[in-house]
Amino acid sequence: MIEVNGVTKRYKDTVAVDDLSFEVKPGQVTGFLGPNGSGKSTTMRMIMGLDAPDAGSARLNGRTYGNLPVPLREVGALLEAKAIHPGRTAYNHLWYLAQSNDIPRSRIDSVLEMVGLTEVAKKRAGKFSLGMGQRLGIAGALLGDPEVLLFDEPINGLDPEGILWVRNLLKSLASEGRTVFVSSHLMSEMALTADHLVVIGRGHLISTGTVTEFIAESTSQFVRVRSPRSGELARLLMAEYVQVTSEDDGALSVSGMSADRIGELAGASGIYLHELSTQMASLEDAFMELTRDSVEYHGMSDPDRVAPLSQPLNSGK
Amino acid sequence: MTVAITTSTTPDRGHLRVTSVLKSEWVKMRTVRSTMWSLAAMAVLTVGVAVLATITVSGQWNTRSLVDRLTFDPTNLSLTGLLFSQLVIGVLGVLVMSAEYGTGTIRSTLAAVPNRPLVLATKSAVFAAVALVVGEVLSFVAFLVGQALLRSPAPHATLSQPGVLRAVVGGGLMIAVLGLFALGLATIIRHTAGAITAFVGTLLVLPLVVRALPSSIGNPIAKYLPLNISDTMTSVGHALGQGPSLSPWAGFAVVCAYAVGALVVGGVLMARRDA
Repeated sequence: MIEVNGVTKRYKDTVAVDDLSFEVKPGQVTGFLGPNGSGKSTTMRMIMGLDAPDAGSARLNGRTYGNLPVPLREVGALLEAKAIHPGRTAYNHLWYLAQSNDIPRSRIDSVLEMVGLTEVAKKRAGKFSLGMGQRLGIAGALLGDPEVLLFDEPINGLDPEGILWVRNLLKSLASEGRTVFVSSHLMSEMALTADHLVVIGRGHLISTGTVTEFIAESTSQFVRVRSPRSGELARLLMAEYVQVTSEDDGALSVSGMSADRIGELAGASGIYLHELSTQMASLEDAFMELTRDSVEYHGMSDPDRVAPLSQPLNSGK
Repeated sequence: MTVAITTSTTPDRGHLRVTSVLKSEWVKMRTVRSTMWSLAAMAVLTVGVAVLATITVSGQWNTRSLVDRLTFDPTNLSLTGLLFSQLVIGVLGVLVMSAEYGTGTIRSTLAAVPNRPLVLATKSAVFAAVALVVGEVLSFVAFLVGQALLRSPAPHATLSQPGVLRAVVGGGLMIAVLGLFALGLATIIRHTAGAITAFVGTLLVLPLVVRALPSSIGNPIAKYLPLNISDTMTSVGHALGQGPSLSPWAGFAVVCAYAVGALVVGGVLMARRDA
């Protein structure tokens, strides 16, 4: 269990994290989502006691990090890809960590095997690829067999096989009843891995809830209708005060009215329908929609606000 | 899997143990190459300089001036190379701390041991122990090798002569204390290059600056400089023509105060700053 209460962090003239509060519960994977620069890493460092919050506090199993009696046995973290001395071997990196927390040395071999680094255990970490460095960081997080795990962007630098491995690892850790908190700026990845989401933008909490709730809350559903008499149908629908947009392919996007009701209206006027389907925006769309105002660094100007919903907002990216 | 923690038995699961953190720092120190390279460089420089200096003096004894012969201090001559060892131990003292910040290892370290003063204290203790052992061994080896190479008519010293044992033991002590001073500087500065510059500046550049000052201002300051203090410590009797200096042990206490000061300031900053 991780509890973050009103945590605030200021740097000279910017507020990196502003009065952020949320809970991360055991037994599920909680995704920590936000665009780059939204304060995810800062928040994680404050949870780990590495950065001191200007206000508020973060607790792990009811204690601040500094008050954990044997930290690595309660909390494991992958904070940065390479919080590792390049001249030290993988084994020795884990050895000094294990030694400090009285973790038996046999555990080092177990975690090295778990992350698939047994064969390069005696190699210097400086020779490792980004992906191997991530695996070593994950091995460090698992070392004390902790109940609470934090992963900051764990799939960075991993190949597809590695990504799949991390995804399964996170899920299996959660299924063992552990608290798993994982940050990412990739909505699509979280859609596959997380059960629960904490979404932030510019240091503010934007949304928390299950992945399904998140989509439902943040995006309006719409109904796609195709009809040979679409102009007539559009006038009919607009008379009911619903929003109607016409698509490039001649279909209509209707929001504010259920598919059933649209079908009934069309039927009553004798208008044939070639297609009538409820559309759900993807999680990625929902994320983009939610964080649009809180993205710190825009690549270009905002996408056109009145763009028809059925055009994916992330197209061309 | 949570059961795995409790079944993997260790006697004390209640809290972090100081001995375990000490051992962890020891593992950290000996699993990077810079440690062995630095210590090897110290050995070569200290003993090598002792050999060169004593052979040279023995060979040129008859051509030396009367003053040179009268003030000749065979102990100090054989310990000349300790100055290089002081520089190297300073670099190692800096690296032991600054490499943690430079590589990001500090975040792994503090995740394992969030008690920052404990991290600094155990790191300093392990480093000091290594530096002291190496410093003493090198000081004695340099002395014994140097004296063995001093050939008559050049006089040589023995450990039983007054002040000689103090000079040799003191030479090793200076290594440990100057190394700790460097470690303290690195804790304050957190960057390798900056901390090494500060250390070398204090040890070697400051004496040049002080020498450039009028002696009425320079002399009272000069006796507090680590370089002068360590020269007094490794000398037997006063060399002629030098300004006033502190007694060997008073000087040693001053350098200890520098080291403690740097470590305390570093410790306070470390506890306050974000890692």
